[in-house]
Amino acid sequence: MSKLTMVEALNLALEQEMARDENVCLMGEDIGVNGGVFRTTKNLQKTHGETRVMDTPLAECGIVGTAVGMAIYGVRPVVEIQFSGFTMQAFDQIEQNMARLRNRTRGKYTVPMVLRTPYGGGIRAVEHHSESREAYWAHTPGLKVVVPSGPRNARALLAASIRDDDPVVFYEPKAVYRAFREEVPEEPEIMELGKAEIVRVGKDLTLITYGAMMRPCKEAVQDLAEDHNIDVELIDLLTISPMDTETLAQSVQKTGRCVIVNEGQRTCGVAAEIIARINEAAFDYLEAPIKRITGFDVPFPYFQVEEHFLPESEEIVSAVKETLDWK
Amino acid sequence: MAAQNQNDKKTTSSEEVFSKNTPSSMNTSPIDLGQIEVLQILNEHGEVDKGLEPDLSNEVLLDTYRAMVLGRAFDSRMMTMQRQGRMGTFAPNFGQEACIIGQVTSLTKNDWFAPSYRSFGAQIMRGWPLEHLMRLWAGFHDGFPPPKNVNDLPFSIVIGSHVLPAVGIGMGMNYKKKKDCVVVNYGDGASSQGAVSEALNFAAVYKAPVVFICENNGWAISTPTKKQRANQTFAAHGIAHGIPCIRVDGNDILAMMCATKEATDRARNGDGPTLIEAITYRMSLHTTADDPTVYRDEDEVKVWEARCPIKRFETFLTNKGLLDDDAIKETLESCEEEVIAARDKFYAMDPADPTEIFDHLYESVPKELQAQREEYLRRLREKGIDL
Repeated sequence: MSKLTMVEALNLALEQEMARDENVCLMGEDIGVNGGVFRTTKNLQKTHGETRVMDTPLAECGIVGTAVGMAIYGVRPVVEIQFSGFTMQAFDQIEQNMARLRNRTRGKYTVPMVLRTPYGGGIRAVEHHSESREAYWAHTPGLKVVVPSGPRNARALLAASIRDDDPVVFYEPKAVYRAFREEVPEEPEIMELGKAEIVRVGKDLTLITYGAMMRPCKEAVQDLAEDHNIDVELIDLLTISPMDTETLAQSVQKTGRCVIVNEGQRTCGVAAEIIARINEAAFDYLEAPIKRITGFDVPFPYFQVEEHFLPESEEIVSAVKETLDWK
Repeated sequence: MAAQNQNDKKTTSSEEVFSKNTPSSMNTSPIDLGQIEVLQILNEHGEVDKGLEPDLSNEVLLDTYRAMVLGRAFDSRMMTMQRQGRMGTFAPNFGQEACIIGQVTSLTKNDWFAPSYRSFGAQIMRGWPLEHLMRLWAGFHDGFPPPKNVNDLPFSIVIGSHVLPAVGIGMGMNYKKKKDCVVVNYGDGASSQGAVSEALNFAAVYKAPVVFICENNGWAISTPTKKQRANQTFAAHGIAHGIPCIRVDGNDILAMMCATKEATDRARNGDGPTLIEAITYRMSLHTTADDPTVYRDEDEVKVWEARCPIKRFETFLTNKGLLDDDAIKETLESCEEEVIAARDKFYAMDPADPTEIFDHLYESVPKELQAQREEYLRRLREKGIDL
C-alpha cells in the first residue's frame, strides 16, 4: 500500500494493464515523451516503447476513429483525449462507430477500447477545458460511462474498463487529480462496472453524486451530521451507464428523501435521469420532491467566476435541510 | 472596399496590397503539383497498351470478367425488386464495375476491405452471398454483418466515416506485425469530409498498410465534382499528406487491377499507404430515391456509355480468343440465373426477428436494458405477434 494521488493511481493502472496484456496500447496527444499534459501516462513510453504508447497527430476524431479500427483488429487501445471539451471533435467516431459497430455487425466485431478524458471545472483553465458533458455519452446506446471519484476507485475502475469488452468512456475528475492522496494497494485491483457504492449509510435522506462532486457532498454530509444531527446516506454512482438503478431505488425506499448533485448542465442531465428512475421505482416511498443541484444551462463560465457556478457544500446542506423540512 | 476607395484617392489593386504585405521570403505562387499520371491500359475501344499489359492467367481474366457481369446482373435485379416494392432503397453501381472489382482482385482472405454502399460487386467477390446482400438492402439486421471468414467492414451510411476505422485496422496490422493490408473505398463526395483527411494523415504518419481508393464517379447525389473541390485532381489529396498517389481510368479493369496490385504490394512490404483516384462515372441514380434528370444533362451520360467497362473488357477478351458471342451470352445467362436463385433463396428466408434488437449492443445485456427488453416484448405480445 502506498498513498497515491489520482493521477498516480491511474498511471499505476495503465502500467499494470500494459504489463498484463501486450495488446493494451495507449494513444493520444503528448502522452509519450511528455507523459500527457497532466502526466497521467508518465514514463509509460519509456517502459513500453513508441509502438505501445503512441504520440498521435493533433486530431481527436482521427485518434478515436483509428482506435476503433485497432480495437476491431484485436488491439485494446486506451485513448487519451486531452480535455473532455475536445471530445466534441470526435463525436462522429464515438457515435457512429465506437458505440455502434458491435451492434451493426451483430457482435461479429467488438470495440474493446477506453476513451479516457479529464472533465469538469475548478482548475482555472480557459474555455472548453472545464466541460462536464457525460450525459451525451450516457445518452448514446452502446457505450459505458464511468466516472471515478478518488485515487483508489479510479485505479480499480480504469483497470476494469480496459478489461471490459465494450467501449468505455472514462471521465476523470481533473479537479481531484492531485487534490488528495489515498491508500492504493500495489496488487492489481478491479471494481465491477455498473455498480454504485454506498459510501456512508444513513437513514434520513439519500444524497447521490459522482466524480468531483463527491468532495463537496462529503463535506456537506459531515456538516449535516455534526451540526444538524441529520443522518445522510451518501451514494457514489461511479458508473453513469449502465446505471445501478437498484441501489439508488433501494436507498430512497429506505430514506424517502433524495438530493442529487451533478456538475454538468441541468437540462436532460444525469440528475434528471436519476429523478425519472426513482419516480418509476420508488414513487410510493417519497416523502418530499427530489431536489437536484446542478450546473446551470449556460456554457461553463470563464475562470474568474467559475467558483460561483460549481455546486458547493453550503448549497448542498441547504438543499438537504429543505428536503427534510418539506411538508 | 468601395467605401475605402472613396476615402483614399490613390486606389490600390488587391494584388499590390498582397505583395506589399507579404514577406519577401514567402513564395506566393501556387504550388506546382506537377502532372499526376492517369493510368490506362485498355482504352475505350478495348485496345490494349502492350507495354503495360499485365501478365494474368486466362482463368483470372475470365473470373474477373464474370465478377463484373455478375455485379451488373445483381444491380439490375435489385433495381427491379425495388421497383416492385420488394426491396429497400438501393444504390446502384451501373457503369462502375471495373472500378469496384479491380480494387479487390489482389486481396487475400487475411486482408481487409472497407466498402462503400455502392461496392456490392466487390463484396460478392470477397465472399458475401448474394442473398445476404439482399437481406442487407431489404432492412434486415442480419444482412449487415460481414459473413464468417470475410474480413470486411460493414459499409457506413454516414459518408466517409468508415475510413478512419479502416486506417485503424491497418495500424492494428502494424501493431501485430502482420504482412496484410486494407483497401478502403470512398467517393469524391466523401473526400470533402474532415475525417477522410485525418485518415490520410494517420495512415501516412503511421505508415499504415492501407490503399485508399477514391472512386470519383462525378457526382455526390446532385453535387458535381466541380462544386465538391476546387482542385479537380482528387489524387492530389495524397500529395498534401505525403502519400504516393496515382489517377487511374476507373473503367479500365486492367489498370485498376495493376494499380491496386502495386499499392497492396507496397503496403505489405511496409512502404505505407497509397492513394488511387479511380475516374469513373455514376451512370445510374444515386439511389432508387433519386431522380438525376432534375440536376444533370443526359447528354453527359451518353458520353460515358461509350466508355462502358464491361464492353471494352469483352472486346479485349474476344480479341485474345478467350470469349466469343456465345460465351458472352452464356456468362450473362449464368450470372442472371445465379442472381435469380439468390433472389428465391432470399424470398424463402426467415422473416426479421424483432426480439433481438437489444442483444448485440453489449457483451451482456445490462439490467436496465433487460427491463426495457421485457417492456418491448410485452408491446409485441399486445400487438399479437407470436414470440
